[in-house]
Amino acid sequence: MATTGQVESLIYSRPESLTPTGTHYCPGCTHGIAHRLIAEVIDELGLREETIGVAPVGCAVFAYNYFNMDFAEAAHGRAPAMATGLKRVSPNKIVFTYQGDGDLASIGAGEILHVAGRGENITVFFINNAIYGMTGGQMAPTTLPGQHTTSTPLGRDVEVHGFPMRMCEILSQLDGSAFVVRRSLHDVANIRKAKKAIRQAIEAQRQGLGFTMVELLSSCPTNWGMTAEAALHWIEEHMIPMYPLGDYKIHPALVTAKD
Amino acid sequence: MARELLEGNVAFAEAAVRAGCEAYFGYPITPQTEALEHMSKRMPELGRVFLQAESEVAAINMVYGAACAGVRVMSSSSSPGISLMMEGLSYIAGSEVPVVLVDIMRGGPGLGNIAPSQGDYNQMVKGGGHGDYRPIVLAPATVQELIDLTVEAFDIAEKYRYLVVVLADGSLGQIMEPAELPPMRATRRPEERPSWSLTGANRRGPNIITSIYIDPVEEEKFNRKLMAKYAEIEANEVRWREQYTEDAEIVIVAFGTAGRVALSSIKAAREEGIRVGLFRPVSLYPYPFDRLRQMATQVKSMLVVEMNGGQMLYDVKLAVEGRVPVSFYGRMGGVVPLPDEILDEIRKLHHSLRVGG
Repeated sequence: MATTGQVESLIYSRPESLTPTGTHYCPGCTHGIAHRLIAEVIDELGLREETIGVAPVGCAVFAYNYFNMDFAEAAHGRAPAMATGLKRVSPNKIVFTYQGDGDLASIGAGEILHVAGRGENITVFFINNAIYGMTGGQMAPTTLPGQHTTSTPLGRDVEVHGFPMRMCEILSQLDGSAFVVRRSLHDVANIRKAKKAIRQAIEAQRQGLGFTMVELLSSCPTNWGMTAEAALHWIEEHMIPMYPLGDYKIHPALVTAKD
Repeated sequence: MARELLEGNVAFAEAAVRAGCEAYFGYPITPQTEALEHMSKRMPELGRVFLQAESEVAAINMVYGAACAGVRVMSSSSSPGISLMMEGLSYIAGSEVPVVLVDIMRGGPGLGNIAPSQGDYNQMVKGGGHGDYRPIVLAPATVQELIDLTVEAFDIAEKYRYLVVVLADGSLGQIMEPAELPPMRATRRPEERPSWSLTGANRRGPNIITSIYIDPVEEEKFNRKLMAKYAEIEANEVRWREQYTEDAEIVIVAFGTAGRVALSSIKAAREEGIRVGLFRPVSLYPYPFDRLRQMATQVKSMLVVEMNGGQMLYDVKLAVEGRVPVSFYGRMGGVVPLPDEILDEIRKLHHSLRVGG
């Protein structure tokens, strides 16, 4: 076969930081996007061999099957404490946790508060989909008022179940926080912004600036009882008003670097 | 090294430092806080890690994380704090990472008090957390033993990639007595961390440390692996001490401080011509069942003394299998038995043997 003289250039492939494994996530779930963005950033920064991840209890419990790097699996909510132990004895490694809203804002509320308060040099990827996924759609601390779940069949009544907790707003108040931002995965423009934030968070960790967290508003079509597309619209129409996107804490050193 | 006057809590903390402990995570709780305070000073001056956690729940999970990184790591606490650690201990056992924990027991249940107790026997020796695991448990009776067993605990934990608990009580934590510390061992260099540990997947495939086996068949396979490890531990790590047992008609079975107090009673009884001896289990898991079973064929009666309502008692009965009568004397709630109380029990047993025999 004659060559045309044209050189093929690869413009899209699986990041080295992801394993060639199909995930167990439901169709339309945004976990896959979050995994890929993190993996792309780790590849681009050349940190795969220096990174240790900590998986949560929740839908991402098997994250270590998909990330191609050293990983530990924590008890429910304890990933920030486990990451603290890892980071303190391996200060030159990049340590991140990947946690859902039940894991981080409910059972692990104490651990996340203190890891931020200490200014622990780790990065937390916080997947907020306003529901418990793995156990089949129960109320999370982030469930919206009126939202139907299997444990709030009449909708979340704030008189009974209290109000949603906004974790970026809470954690950004602590002096140990260096980079705390909220992004969304509901469309391409926001996905690109999310990736940039993930990169900034890991770079802040490398600089040893303190606690870093990227909250990612995510969809759960299965437990929301919606099509994948409707779920993305639901993020935009219902979650963002409750959880405004934005930069809640940016360390002065990062501001200077941007300018 | 010279003998010096050492408080138990400071002694085991310094022993851990000298055994090459690279990281300590803990939370203040009486009667073991002096250990945490000692570590807060010593670890940073040696360039090692000390961190006061926000809770015992967090402390044990920090220990878990550091253990995954392949360093020598420990925590210490007392009974209510140990209860909070049970979740983490189950995960540590289920992940096969080496960890050392010291429990300086106090009175319970609930908030109880800060006085010496042995009420955590069941919780520690039988597992405490969920699933089929039981830590290796070592029970010292003197500050010297507390030092020696703490050092040994690190080696045993690494040998089996497992959890080793040093189980002592508030009196041993707070007492001051002459003891000798070991020489300082070098800590492991970062490049010497074990091949299974999480150090970054550099020139190797990823290392994964987890305790989840979603397929029941795989989970059972893992449980069988643990069982094989326990069998090895039971074959190699049984430890006990005997005193005055050669000609004994009566044997007192007691661990830790209860064993130490019982020894005074035994010496006094011997002066009255009563042939009584002491069997002091040092490893509570693995328990010295075989030696105790053998002893049951040689003596006429056994007396179990504990600072609880009778917890080890069931292991003694299991060992003896009804061959000799087993009686029990226990003090609870933080009360330490006096030698005279145990002496009275010995006299009663001796009398019943004379009358009965």
